[in-house]
Formats: sequence, C-alpha cells, structure tokens
Amino acid sequence: MLLNASEMSRLVRTILSFWSTSLATEFEYKLNFLIELISTIGNLIGSIFILSLFYNDGHTLGGWTWSSALVVLGMYTILEGFTTIFLQPNLSRIVRHVQNGTLDFVLLKPVSSQLWLSFRLFSPWGFPSLLCGVCLIIYGSIKNETQFFSSSFLISSLLVFSSLIILYNIWFMLATTSIWFVKVWNVNEVLRSTLVAGRYPISAYPPILRVIFTFVLPIAFLTTIPAQGILGIASIDWIIGALSITLFSLFCSINLWRYALRFYTSASS
Amino acid sequence: MNYFTPNALLNNLKRKCLVYKVLLFTQYALMLEYRAEIALWVISGLLPLIMLSIWSQSYIITSIGWNNRMLVQYFLSAFIVRQFTAVWVMITFEQDNLEGKLSPFLLQPLTPFWRYFSSHIAEQMTRIPFVIFILFVFYLINPGLHLDFGIYSIVLGLISIFFAFLLRFLIHWIFAMVCFWSDRASAIERLLLIPYTFLSGLVAPLDIYPTAIRKFAYHTPYPYLVDFPSKVISGQNINISSGFTSISIWLFSLIVISIMAWKIGVKHYSGMGT
Repeated sequence: MLLNASEMSRLVRTILSFWSTSLATEFEYKLNFLIELISTIGNLIGSIFILSLFYNDGHTLGGWTWSSALVVLGMYTILEGFTTIFLQPNLSRIVRHVQNGTLDFVLLKPVSSQLWLSFRLFSPWGFPSLLCGVCLIIYGSIKNETQFFSSSFLISSLLVFSSLIILYNIWFMLATTSIWFVKVWNVNEVLRSTLVAGRYPISAYPPILRVIFTFVLPIAFLTTIPAQGILGIASIDWIIGALSITLFSLFCSINLWRYALRFYTSASS
Repeated sequence: MNYFTPNALLNNLKRKCLVYKVLLFTQYALMLEYRAEIALWVISGLLPLIMLSIWSQSYIITSIGWNNRMLVQYFLSAFIVRQFTAVWVMITFEQDNLEGKLSPFLLQPLTPFWRYFSSHIAEQMTRIPFVIFILFVFYLINPGLHLDFGIYSIVLGLISIFFAFLLRFLIHWIFAMVCFWSDRASAIERLLLIPYTFLSGLVAPLDIYPTAIRKFAYHTPYPYLVDFPSKVISGQNINISSGFTSISIWLFSLIVISIMAWKIGVKHYSGMGT
C-alpha cells in the first residue's frame, strides 16, 4: 500500500484535525488533569520505592545496578504515557463500535479503518507520564555514566520506537478480537496488569517467566531491551530480535484486522 | 398496625431475608452470564504472583527472617485476598447516576447500597472456580512446593477476607457519593488505587519496608486490605485479635460516614439523564 505525496498530506491533515478536536473535548475536564498528575507522580514514587526495596543492603535485582534499573522503570513509565495518550482512548473505542454497530460508519469513511480506529482520539493526560519517564531515563543514564551522543543514540531511539510499535500492535490485535467476542474491553485490563511486569528488568524473573516474557508476551522488548540500548549494552542479536518482532507484530496486526473484518456482520441492524 | 410486636418484627425480618436472597441469586445469574469476562478479571489480578516470582529470586527476603515457604504462602494468600476483595462500585455507580438509572432504584423500598453490594458478592461466587483453577496451574508449575496451611488459619482467614472486602467496599462507596456532585467521579478511583498498591502489602511484604513507612501504613486502613488477611491465611505469627479489633474500628467509622454521605448525597441528586 504505497501513498503518494498528496494522499500523505491529506492523511496528516486529517489526523491533526482529529487531535485538535479531541484535545478540545478533553480540556472540558480540567480537574482530570490534576487527578492524572497526582496519580502519575504517586505511582512513580511508589514504583521507585518498591524498586529501592530490592536494593537494600547492597543486593541487586537480576544483576542490574540501581541506576540502570531506573532506566527500565523510566521506559515503563513512557509506555504508560503512550498508552494513556493513544492506546487506551482509541482501542477501547473499537469494542464499543462493534457492540453498537457504529463500526459500519468507520468502514465507510475514505480513510484506512485501522488508521482511523488507532489515531482518532488523543488524550493529553498521558504527558505527565511521558515526561516523568524521560526524566527518569536521563537521570539513570547520567548516574550510570552512559555516553549519550554516540552511535548508540540512534540504536536506542530505534529500540524505543520499536517498543512503542510492538505495544501498539499487541493492543490493536486484542481489540481486533472484539469482532468475534464483542465484550473484550477488560482484555485490555488483563494486558495492562501483565505489562506491570515490565517495571523490572527481565533478568529479575525466574527462567520460565523470562521465556514467556520474551517469546509469548514480549515484555522484554518493551522495556528491558530498549533500556539496554539506552545504556549502550544491548547486544546485536537482541537488537535484530527487537526489530524483527516489531515488523512481525505489525504484519500480524494489519492482517488480523483485515481477516477479522470478513467476519464483521454489523450489529443492531 | 403495630410494627413492634415480636410477630411483626419476625415477619419483617423474614421478608428482608427473602429480598436479599432473591437479590443475591438474580445477581449471581447475571454474573454467570458474563463468566468469560469474570475469568479475564481473575487473570488481571495476577500481580501478587508476578511479584512473588521476583521476590523469590531476590535474597533480600531472608533479611527479614522469611524463608521461601513463608514468601510463597504470603503471596498466594495475597492473590486470593486480592481476588475476593475486588471492588468496582464507583464505576457502576457513576454509570447509573449519569444514565439516570438510579432514579427507579431510589423509588424501590430497598436502599440501592444492597443492590451494588450483592452484585459484588455474586461476582465473588462466580470467581471461585477460576481462582481454584489458577491455584491448580500454579501448583503444576511448581511441583516441589511444600505448603502448610492450617485449617484454623484458613477459617479465620476467610473471615478476615470478608472484613477486608467490607472495608474496601465502604471506602469506595463513600467516594462514589462524589458522583452526586461531579460527573467524572470515577477518576478518583485511580487515586484510591495508589495507596492500595503501595501500602497494602500487595506488591511487597510490609515487613521489608523501612520502619517509619511501615508504621505510617498501619495507621491507614490499607494494610487490613491485603497484609493482614494474607498473614492470617498463611498462618504467620501475628496478633490476630488486635488486627480484628483495628479492622472493626475502621469498619464502624466507615459505616457511620457512609450512611451520612449517602443521606447528604441523595438530597443533591438531580436525576440526570432521565
């Protein structure tokens, strides 16, 4: 599916106008910003505190130093922000569209339905998380005396980006299953609660969970590997692994959506 | 008609029992309808088991004098406690309030509190097989496991779980009353989740916390939601009677507050959406 320049600019304009309208809607609820801010900071303090418990009396967590474990936590916090900004508002909508039969209207629009469903809404409440995550990563890397502006910068941004794409694809695939199972909005809750495992480096888990978190639910590629990239200790095998999983997940989510649409029979009509 | 003769009181009690029984069983039937959904909720409560897997890899736990068996029993109990103290009343109450569904409930000769309360109890009944299944899977994954739960601690543990559920339900119910004033009150739930996660002992045993923070935690109701019942079930050497005393004091004060909050809130109800 190749797009020419005019189609591309139309797409960008469409998405930008989507976001400005949803921004306007969200700002109706200003008190939410305060609640979201308190909840982000409270959760962050709590997570750092729990992490610090593992480092009492000179113990370490899965061979990671304190400052490098903070980078993993920072990566997790960024993903949480990303989830709040895009994934949560858009993908929980899919379920409602299927339930109410309004997916018909989406399918009729002259925009790719996957794109429309994934980026229609935009919630600014994830930005505090995003910011906190970035701060945590910067703090952790400075403490860890990481060389910042080297070739590893490119690799680390690539790995962070691929982690965002993997997370998006997992969410989208789960949301897609609503075509068959209709009421799956709490699948998202299941995912969210399992992703909590990404707060800690993968090597902190027993071997069997490490395998699951690498190959079944790729939590390792969401937080640990990008953190390694940022710290400049990612090995080439893992980088290649991360990139291939990214492409594979993208391939799966696009095709699963196309496949699922064949089963969509429209509701309430 | 005299309402205070023994006979009338008895009849009144009988009628109430019947109402609650019917309420509970209709809610149970409703929950069974959505058992796939409930299975997913059960899975989403795996956090204590994930934390168990990390803590069991860390040697730090020996520094508070716990051995591996104590750790496993604590987090397994925490998992069970977490399963049977799930509360979502703020979300449904907000929905009913916004959609005006609360209005017909208010006309019925039954305080709406019981409707939400019974739906939670019914949901817990539906959870039982799924929880047993997960515990069974856990046992299969860890074949060499030596666990030692006493029957006495399990009975006391069940009571403490129910108390913990009551406590958590009341906290959420009181905050749900904010719905009478604001139309996005369920956002508060996100805030309630923070102390619940970090002060209740859900992600780490409170014993490992620095003394000052642990003492602070015990001045809030949160340790009685996970830490206390989990320790009772896993048969740890704790002061059970003082624990039950504290939890009862919390319960009593919250009941008084919730009755007052309901009375004030309902006056403010505007019957939106109808």
